[in-house]
Amino acid sequence: MITRRKFLKSTALGVTGMALPLAAFDFIDPRKLMALEAADASKVRWVFLVDTYKCVGCGLCVKACKEENEIPYDANVTRTWVERYVLTKNGEVLADTPKGARDGFTTAKIDLGLGKYREVKQEDIEKAFFVPKLCNQCENPPCVQVCPVGATYATADGVVHIDRKWCIGCGYCIMGCPYGVRFFHPVHRTAEKCNFCYHRITKGLKPACVDACPFGARRIGNIKDPGDPVTRIIMTERVGILKEEYGTKPQVFYIGLSREVK
Amino acid sequence: MVHGEIWTIKELFVYPNEYIYWSIQIVMYPLMTGLVAGAFVLSSLYHVFGIKQLKEMARFALVFSFALLFVAPMPLLLHLMYPLRGINVLMTPHFTSAIAAFGIVFMTYGTIVASELWFLYRKHFVEVALALRNKPDKTIMEKGRSLLFRALTLGSYDVSEAALHSDEKAIKLLAGVGIPVACFLHGYAGFIFGSVKANALWMTPLMPVIFIMSAVVSGIALCLLTYIVTMEIRKFLASRRRAMPGSFPTQQEIKGVEVNVIRMTSRYLLFFLIFAISLELLDLIFRGYTAVKSWDVLRSVIYGKDFTAIFVLQYGIGNLLPLIIFLLPGLTIRRTVLGVLLVLFGVFMMRWNVVIGGQAFSLSFAGYMHYHLPIIPTDWETFKEGLAGALAILIMPFPLFWIFGKIFPIFTEAGAE
Repeated sequence: MITRRKFLKSTALGVTGMALPLAAFDFIDPRKLMALEAADASKVRWVFLVDTYKCVGCGLCVKACKEENEIPYDANVTRTWVERYVLTKNGEVLADTPKGARDGFTTAKIDLGLGKYREVKQEDIEKAFFVPKLCNQCENPPCVQVCPVGATYATADGVVHIDRKWCIGCGYCIMGCPYGVRFFHPVHRTAEKCNFCYHRITKGLKPACVDACPFGARRIGNIKDPGDPVTRIIMTERVGILKEEYGTKPQVFYIGLSREVK
Repeated sequence: MVHGEIWTIKELFVYPNEYIYWSIQIVMYPLMTGLVAGAFVLSSLYHVFGIKQLKEMARFALVFSFALLFVAPMPLLLHLMYPLRGINVLMTPHFTSAIAAFGIVFMTYGTIVASELWFLYRKHFVEVALALRNKPDKTIMEKGRSLLFRALTLGSYDVSEAALHSDEKAIKLLAGVGIPVACFLHGYAGFIFGSVKANALWMTPLMPVIFIMSAVVSGIALCLLTYIVTMEIRKFLASRRRAMPGSFPTQQEIKGVEVNVIRMTSRYLLFFLIFAISLELLDLIFRGYTAVKSWDVLRSVIYGKDFTAIFVLQYGIGNLLPLIIFLLPGLTIRRTVLGVLLVLFGVFMMRWNVVIGGQAFSLSFAGYMHYHLPIIPTDWETFKEGLAGALAILIMPFPLFWIFGKIFPIFTEAGAE
């Protein structure tokens, strides 16, 4: 007759025996090893640098992003966009981003929504500038915190991703993002946002928007690399971030950020 | 078309990806869970605190809470882009998210309500099961009923005095444990909103408490309304049966029960209503007084764009008017019906003003979004997140309640206990 001790012993042995070979195969999966190495937290932390002085609002970045990341061209959502700010002499702050500036700013009239436009005379303008926006790949991302199924997650190199196969489409992450970078993909119907063109940067390429910008207003860098020119600018020059008060620790840095920027 | 675009109209400076993503179903979700929690708290007032006047209402409210329980998660499922993936929340819960605990909180609460119901109706199950078992020549319906009730007894046929006494103890315990769990279920719904730091209107630690109070208010109101309607139907049936002699209660007997129960219940309704209004006003005053960065845009929404929805529909018609109706002496049934209808409307408007109002302004604080509820569905999306979907959710508890009423008899006839 089998004793309890013997039964427990052989059960434990059997389970370990079955688990071991599977675990061993898992451990030596070369792709996983390579991914681990590539995403080594001590070596890489992707950051973005926007020089607002250089941006002219042409919208080539938005166009390139839509094509690169397969966001339907005419859909009114976009992973990156450019905002125009116009400050009048009497202290008014006007801002707009028609179609996310996909086609640039083709008119001087400010889009007020509801089909209305406002014309500001040249002589009434105190200052005006453009601000490109994209996902901030926050160090403390609220979108990752609120995802109920773990479909949105941050990799060790700081980029926040979405698992389209696991996203339930509750929209909590969209609600949780203070920057409004998230939306539902019109085709996949799951949460969607900029990921610094992760498929490109992990292969040594630059994000599509960076490549598309003719003026060098957008740059990507690795903050863990002290020799990286982007890192040097962030460390040695005066840069700003968006909506610091939310405690999200955004990793997109801006040169020439103004207090009027929303 | 992008999700949300069809019912969102943007004004001034709104970020390109912003739409009203949480629409009517998210208004329905706290409304329904609120009703569940409120109905349960009402039933517990009798079981735990021994408020005798609510005895008749207690059973009613518990069964109704059970019916509502099945409807409560439906709005959440309907609003998902992938409703069939809703189960992922239970499979890989990501516990830093407030939504992840929903399955656990909901199931805990469901188990408590189901067990309490079982203890409450165990004697009835045994009686029916035994009566049907001994009956010769059963019809197919009776055979089915017999099987159902035999299953419902869970094999426990002991209805001795001692066994029933321990049943009562169990009911008291479950009702007692159920109150904090019910409050948690709904306070937790408030937390889902209150913890969104990106949303200036939602983010307040008062949100869960406000939600609990208004939940109890709405739960009591709906129970009162359903109770009155059910009693009216019974009275109508009684008047038809008057010709027949025997055990049926007379019209007068039913009416007597009704007024007593209603007066008592409405007093509790009033108490919770005052508490709910005070908290909401406190929140509003605090926001105005502290006037942080977001106050400019919030003020323009609260006192401007949404003035009618907030001050006329919610506070005026939904809170103040019923307050007067219930406070005036000599409460009649007709006045109660009007009062509870207004209260229910007020709670709905409160949910609306929180959920839709919270998305009425852009994250840029420099633009607005207007919500247009899809009335006529043109596709699946405008159906489930439109008027039709909301009405379906509103109606669903009542057929369920009717079915459950067949298994758990809600009214004890005179002298039965």
